[in-house]
Amino acid sequence: MSRALNKRTIYHVAVSVLALLMMYPILWLVSSSLKPNHEIFTTAFNLIPSALAFENYSSGWRGFAGTTFATFFKNSFVIVILSTIGAVASSAVVAYGFARIGFFARGFWFACMMATMMLPHDVVVIPQYVMFAEFGWISSLKPIILPHYFATPFFVFLIMQFIRTIPRELDEAAKIDGCSKYGIFVRVIVPLIVPALITSAIFSFYWRWDDFLNPLIYLNKPESYPVSLALKMFLDGESLNNWGGMFAMATLSLVPVVAVFFVFQRYIVEGISTSGLKG
Amino acid sequence: MKLRGNDHIAGYVFIAPFVLGFVIFTIYPIFASLYYSFTDYSLLTSPRWIGLANYERMFMEDDKIAKSFEVTFTYVLSSVPLRLAFALSVAMLLNTATRAIGIYRSAFYLPSLIGGSVAVSIMWQQIFGDKGLINSFLQYIGIDSTTNWIGNPDTALGTLVALSVWQFGSSMLIFLAGLKNIPKDYYEAASVDGANAPRRFVRITLPLLTPIILFNLIMQTISAFMTFTPAYIISRGEGGPLDQTLLYSLYLYRKAFSHFEMGYASAMAWIMLIIVGLLTILIFRSSTRWVHYESKGE
Repeated sequence: MSRALNKRTIYHVAVSVLALLMMYPILWLVSSSLKPNHEIFTTAFNLIPSALAFENYSSGWRGFAGTTFATFFKNSFVIVILSTIGAVASSAVVAYGFARIGFFARGFWFACMMATMMLPHDVVVIPQYVMFAEFGWISSLKPIILPHYFATPFFVFLIMQFIRTIPRELDEAAKIDGCSKYGIFVRVIVPLIVPALITSAIFSFYWRWDDFLNPLIYLNKPESYPVSLALKMFLDGESLNNWGGMFAMATLSLVPVVAVFFVFQRYIVEGISTSGLKG
Repeated sequence: MKLRGNDHIAGYVFIAPFVLGFVIFTIYPIFASLYYSFTDYSLLTSPRWIGLANYERMFMEDDKIAKSFEVTFTYVLSSVPLRLAFALSVAMLLNTATRAIGIYRSAFYLPSLIGGSVAVSIMWQQIFGDKGLINSFLQYIGIDSTTNWIGNPDTALGTLVALSVWQFGSSMLIFLAGLKNIPKDYYEAASVDGANAPRRFVRITLPLLTPIILFNLIMQTISAFMTFTPAYIISRGEGGPLDQTLLYSLYLYRKAFSHFEMGYASAMAWIMLIIVGLLTILIFRSSTRWVHYESKGE
């Protein structure tokens, strides 16, 4: 009895220490964001600030050359929300087509879709840039948002897996009641795949929020920068010494991500476990 | 399923977003980049055909690209196996019935959730700086370290590998799901037969997880090859010191969008496509030797 108890205690202590070690860098970031500027690197190992320096948050929020983080956060939310709506809606439509309708060359298109999941993005990035430049879209949000309205293979796959669990009898019943394929999709399928849509939306949110390369390539005016690109400016040139402000805004940029995680944990764990989506 | 004319039309209506996107944003760009790779193209003037000159330059003249290959392969070949090893070990550790499992799982998963962000790359850069957390910790335990891990050519790439390994959480979740699917009676039967824990791991757990390991190995290898943000942030876009963090994607970005050598960068992209393709085929072909698929039974 007591030996078993000891073993359990050892297990919990060991796993907790390991977990703490994993979390330590994040805790360090948060604590540094609250330390006075002179203290950040003199007492790096110490997690507890001598005084809470909330002024880091106000000095960071002020941003660069008149553009504040209010603008950067707004830009990030615009990009994330518009891209996510497009990605989830278009992926649901495509998933239904692949999962429930038999049509000419379905296998071929499905194989194409699976192949694009493994395609290195670097191969398409230059021609896409040239194409968007010809459209005159450089320095607008269009090249960053629009491609997501053409279905995301990972989400299509995830939603398809979900549609497969819905009994076909439901489709048949709706058909007898006079529903077309389009009617079945809207009235029968969509209400039943909401959990898969939420999972897709969460992952889309993460990927778009973190996206750095596309804004870096396409945006050149700070007024249109999302948070990811704005953070980089702390490392450029004259603002190089506002460590506190940089840590404060870095911390703030992680808040939406962590908040979404705690609210929707169940969907995330299920999404990763069933489809191998990368978080 | 009986096919009807209506279904063909309805099917294509539903998959139209994918087909359109595939043609516009994947197929056309793949062939356009193949064409650009045979040209001298700076965006300002139209592409000028120069045959294989870009490829010749890559393999004959460009010393930086050889360095970039070396750095990238070192990065991929060390970060992917380490990440998977950590993911599997911790998944094994968490695969027990305990009420605290949710908290542990979150703690291990959180780094991989935020790991790709600019914020975390900035954090990493500061942690490994000369006055950062690592040196502060080393001094605390009595090792007098003042080195700047990011600025030191011997350790710079190591910090990137560490950042990647730190994000083992998503693979860990996939392994955990796989472990849950292994029927308990397999282990019981093995125990009855006198197999000890390491033996049960090698004979039961590992073989049954091989399909998941294969999937992880392929996806992680491809994404490791594409790593860009941390290398860019940590080296401030330069790939230094001494090109030690000049990962392939970063070099390609610099060629395309700092030097505007679109033709040369396209040739680089195609070489990457070929390498990643070959590597994927290699992993798949080798998989027949080590991946164990359970027969579904009659």
